[in-house]
Amino acid sequence: MSDIRPGGPVIAPEETPVPKPQKKEKAAKPASLWSDAWHDLRRRPIFIISLCIIAVLALMALWPSLFSSVDPFNARTCELATARQGPSTGHPFGRDNLGCDLYARTIYGAANSLVIGISTTVFAALIGGLMGLIAGFFGGGVDSVASRITEIFFAIPSILGALLIGSTFRDSGWGIWLVVAALTILGWPMTFRIMRAAVITAKSQDFVVAARALGAGPVRIMFRHLLPNALAPVIVVATINLGGFIAAEAALSYLGVGVQPPEISWGLMIADAQRRFLEAPLPLIFPAVFLSITVLAFIMLGDAVRDALDPKLR
Amino acid sequence: MAIGEKILEVRDLVKHFPLTQGILFKRQIGAIKAVDGVSFDLHKGETLGIVGESGCGKSTLAKVLMALERPTSGSVMINGRDIGRARGAELKRMRRNIQMVMQDPYTSLNPRMTVGDIIGEPYEIHTEVAPKGDRRTKVQELLEVVGLNPDHINRYPHQFSGGQRQRIGIARGLALQPEIIVCDEPVSALDVSIQAQVINLLERLQNEFGLAYIFIAHDLSVVRHISDRVGVMYLGKYVELGKDTEIYDRPAHPYTQALLSAVPVPDPEGREQRERIILQGDPPSPANPPSGCRFRTRCWKAQEICAEEEPLLQIRPGTGHESACHFAETHDVVHVN
Repeated sequence: MSDIRPGGPVIAPEETPVPKPQKKEKAAKPASLWSDAWHDLRRRPIFIISLCIIAVLALMALWPSLFSSVDPFNARTCELATARQGPSTGHPFGRDNLGCDLYARTIYGAANSLVIGISTTVFAALIGGLMGLIAGFFGGGVDSVASRITEIFFAIPSILGALLIGSTFRDSGWGIWLVVAALTILGWPMTFRIMRAAVITAKSQDFVVAARALGAGPVRIMFRHLLPNALAPVIVVATINLGGFIAAEAALSYLGVGVQPPEISWGLMIADAQRRFLEAPLPLIFPAVFLSITVLAFIMLGDAVRDALDPKLR
Repeated sequence: MAIGEKILEVRDLVKHFPLTQGILFKRQIGAIKAVDGVSFDLHKGETLGIVGESGCGKSTLAKVLMALERPTSGSVMINGRDIGRARGAELKRMRRNIQMVMQDPYTSLNPRMTVGDIIGEPYEIHTEVAPKGDRRTKVQELLEVVGLNPDHINRYPHQFSGGQRQRIGIARGLALQPEIIVCDEPVSALDVSIQAQVINLLERLQNEFGLAYIFIAHDLSVVRHISDRVGVMYLGKYVELGKDTEIYDRPAHPYTQALLSAVPVPDPEGREQRERIILQGDPPSPANPPSGCRFRTRCWKAQEICAEEEPLLQIRPGTGHESACHFAETHDVVHVN
């Protein structure tokens, strides 16, 4: 449009009406990001598969006796003489260093590993995500204070920090929740940083200005506009971290401050088995495979959820 | 278009952004004078165009009018109340009367909200405007008003073209039935043919709803087409303000003349006849504007008085409208027959 003479051929063709769609969409039902995402997720094979795996694992955690008739907590089921024996009838995975049934222990170990992995991920994501959202949105002094606090936690070497927390509160009787607390305290800063960066990117976009011009308050802007646009990287990192937390639990158990015998966890089993790995690899391989499948299932779930939350990828 | 009563009154509006130095103890070492003393009125049903080159304060002016930035001084009175000083519930209520259409249709719509949610959001914020059950119908009506298919209410912004997205942005601006819409470069991100559609839509809506527009653009022909009055800005101040015909056919300020002479002429014959006024240098920094007349550093008419005395925006002898130049005289640059 570059003609400035009056009456000139300014301004153009008639408004072209938007072409009507061929078939009428079923437009009646209001759609929202979450309902659309759910609708979309139900059709994704990756989502269904990972959900099935997680469902089986959850069943294992809740009712392990459904899967194994052997009770690994009963010391009489272990026979030292048969230690590190290979798979045999009634003992499909063989026996571990103390001659206990490996299959039963792997099944019974799911509960602790899952509870620690999931709770730590959820708590770390909630704390880090919320603080990152607030710090990124308000900026300025709030952001400086929150960022400095995060850096203090970042500066603590994680294993050392967890060791410290674990050994200090060893006699508190919190059991695995002590591990969850220690890992959460050391794990949330990562989520905080990712959330904060994503929020700062989203905040500078015009649709946030438009919402302010409409009179939207800070809560609406944070939860309606910033959060959905900043969630994707947080979900990805959270699901990857889930595996990391289960592994960290293993490390802590190995160092003697995590889950303690007679409790069972995959981490503990891996720690036990690695001393004799060369002569008997199976006691390490079975819990490790279960651990990997669990982590993989959650990463696939996270991936599917992230994609479903992005309308552009639908 | 009938011009009604005065609904917006801007007086001596100033917006300075402080320049600070130091990390821990910030001290102010100056200010960017983005908007520095702007006054104008807007009447019901009228369109005021604002033109000027990049960095002259157009968008800052829009932000201050929308109360997205607080003015440093001066007032923005909407129907007799100052939006620049309103707070809380009063500000929220006043926002119903002044809405905005933004420049970039690709970033001004939340990619994770459906069109229905985007256009319906004003009703969620101002719950008193429409009862919950009516909102969806209202959104569909708005979609129809701006020329979109109401069945597309559940679609996402990325499923629309640039022009359609700008229509969505306009529908959002209309939802609260404001009297004033500030259009900050509403068509500059669109293709030329789509620009025309959006401009026509804006004009139709103005006639239908009696809207008043503040139309900010750097495309002079678009501004001429839609505006009743035009203000020309340079370094945070108006240099000239008048009816569209006055500004375009009888520009009085040297800056306006230079600006008009730079408009491309599509007719190869006319192109030979018209004058080109080529300005030397760049606009000075708004942190440290020249004394007296701000345009004097690039003006071919500049004399000593221009450095000493600031020319006020007033009707000058020999011209029929307001201009801020000591040596204002009308001069037809475009040579329209």
